[in-house]
Amino acid sequence: MTTTAGPTPGTTTVFDLGVTGVRALNAELHAPTSRHYEVLRPQGAHAVAAGIDTDIAVDVRGHVGYYAAGMNDGGRVTVHGNAGTGVAENMMSGLVRVTGDASQSAGATAHGGLLVVEGSASMRCGISMKGVDIVVGGDIGPMSAFMAQAGRLVVCGDAGASLGDSIYEARVYVRGGVASLGADCVEKEVRPEHRAELAELLAAAGIDADPAGFRRYGSARRLYHFTSGNSY
Amino acid sequence: MTDPSLREQHRFDSLRESATFDRPTIAAIQRAAATGVYDIRGWGAKRALPHFDDLLFLGASMSRYPLEGYRERCGTDVVLGDRNAAHPLHLDIPVTIAGMSFGALSAQAKEALGRGASEVGTSTTTGDGGMTPEERGQSTHLVYQYLPSRYGMNPTDLRKADAIEIVLGQGAKPGGGGMLLGQKISDRVADMRTLPAGIDQRSACRHPDWTGPDDLAIKILELREITDWAKPVYVKIGASRTYYDVKLAVAAGADVVVVDGMQGGTAATQDVFIEHVGIPTLAALPEAVQALQELGVHRKVQLIVSGGIRTGADVAKAMALGADAVAIGTAALIALGDNDPRHDDAYRRIGSAAGFYDDFQDGRDPAGITTQDPELAARLDPVEGGRRLANYLRVLTLEAQTIARACGKAHLRHLEPEDLVAVTIEAAAMARVPLAGTSWIPGRER
Ligand SMILES: Cc1cc2nc3c(=O)[nH]c(=O)nc-3n(C[C@H](O)[C@H](O)[C@H](O)COP(=O)(O)O)c2cc1C
Repeated sequence: MTTTAGPTPGTTTVFDLGVTGVRALNAELHAPTSRHYEVLRPQGAHAVAAGIDTDIAVDVRGHVGYYAAGMNDGGRVTVHGNAGTGVAENMMSGLVRVTGDASQSAGATAHGGLLVVEGSASMRCGISMKGVDIVVGGDIGPMSAFMAQAGRLVVCGDAGASLGDSIYEARVYVRGGVASLGADCVEKEVRPEHRAELAELLAAAGIDADPAGFRRYGSARRLYHFTSGNSY
Repeated sequence: MTDPSLREQHRFDSLRESATFDRPTIAAIQRAAATGVYDIRGWGAKRALPHFDDLLFLGASMSRYPLEGYRERCGTDVVLGDRNAAHPLHLDIPVTIAGMSFGALSAQAKEALGRGASEVGTSTTTGDGGMTPEERGQSTHLVYQYLPSRYGMNPTDLRKADAIEIVLGQGAKPGGGGMLLGQKISDRVADMRTLPAGIDQRSACRHPDWTGPDDLAIKILELREITDWAKPVYVKIGASRTYYDVKLAVAAGADVVVVDGMQGGTAATQDVFIEHVGIPTLAALPEAVQALQELGVHRKVQLIVSGGIRTGADVAKAMALGADAVAIGTAALIALGDNDPRHDDAYRRIGSAAGFYDDFQDGRDPAGITTQDPELAARLDPVEGGRRLANYLRVLTLEAQTIARACGKAHLRHLEPEDLVAVTIEAAAMARVPLAGTSWIPGRER
């Protein structure tokens, strides 16, 4: 850890993960002495910048492994590269941005905040999401928004098979094609309020796309009450 | 024989119930035919299974030296999770309270569990649905469950917990997820789970962001990172392929392994699942111990066993077979007042009776335990419930000590398989102890 100056706004603390371990990095981020951190040579390490709960900014220069920014409650984490499984899983608030692609379960079970994947996200993107907003610049893989409870998932490219299977109250917007819809997920009308929220989400994510080109998907709510008819 | 009432009596006596189609079976078929929906209920497996009852202790005699009953010291404490965590749990007794969700249980019941457990120095466990202030407030040692649904999971509560329990499954339903029927989804429960009130709610059967043991190792690492390596991480499995599951849990980094046998209770599961999936506690325990021993971590990675623990004898037997502690669910609810005869009229009004009540899923519990109805829940006084639970936990401990002393053990953890024999061949084979009066352990070379 090298600090270019004291813990005052505008200074940056640098962690070289080729030298220091993730444990030291996270310990520092949980009791930060700086407002801005640069993480160098992450080399696919897991749990990078996980458990942040203050308003700090972290720039990770390179690819990260599983659960980067996991369970964060506040802060801004940018992965300048690709992210492994479960990036921003269970995030409560804050911003996580991946400039490359994300692997499986991006934003899984997250309650709040905004996750932006500028590239594409693999399977199970937004699985069991509980209030987070997720904006994906490219495509998402199969089984995305599985059991998604709340929040919004915006996909500028295509969605893989079984989108929104067993979805609850989350809203899904897809600009491209949808390979297939999962159990109880249906296409829904895009009303002006939806176009407005899309425009807001795209603007927040800094992604330039026309809200008019998206279709909306959500729950038919036919699985909300268990009966013998519920067999898919 | 002309007396018509006698004739009638003889006719009745000659009626013979089928062992295959007994009355509950006939009723189940009739119910299925009438409704078209399978039966969902609470409680655990009700069928007879090889269990701790099939084992006996060999009290001290000529070759063993007993300790003086209730006078000479017999320790009961246990340390859980000292492999990696900076703050392992140190409990006064080896009987813990198993995870039972707020949602399945009323807030009053959760509070009562916390009060009772804390009074005797043991832990409680949250459940599917998150941590309530009632339970955190009353529990000195609180284990926070990390379940596939992740309902109510958040980093603030994670940091408030004393240990984390990653749940892969339950003995009542290994391989099954969970459900909470709409009548139990009050506004508060719905809010904690981020779901609409009043809908039937499904708890996922698979974790959303990891699959398999290699991923689990990384997940455990993440949880340790988020909590700065302070808290023990438990892994709970429903007993099925126990030997392999325990090995994989240890390899993934578990500090404590919890094995829940098929008699283990549940709040709401299909009857067919409860009775036909998984293996008995007695069969699972030795498999788990063998796995730990082969890895050289028995007693280093602690083993908690649950599923049908009722008495101090059960506690002592589980520990003699190699468990470090046990967990109780159903018995704890009974101690709070579940199935109490004083509610018998109320149970009968909803089609059950004291001693039979298992409809934990439907939220009309007259004892105020498995309900979210404010009026019913108010019937359970958390202070009185806590006192009763503490009493019961004390009795379990005293009973286990009585047996340990008779076997000459100055600490419960000194009990060993050598202290046990089995009264049935099945139990001897499962528990891997000799059939009483012989030196025969089925499956072992003599
Ligand atoms: C009402 C009730 C609710 C339960 N809820 C959970 C839960 O949320 N998570 C879990 O892992 N196990 C749950 N269980 C299972 C218990 O943690 C434990 O494994 C089981 O009750 C032990 O068996 P016993 O009931 O025979 O003591 C529940 C059990 C009951 C009776």
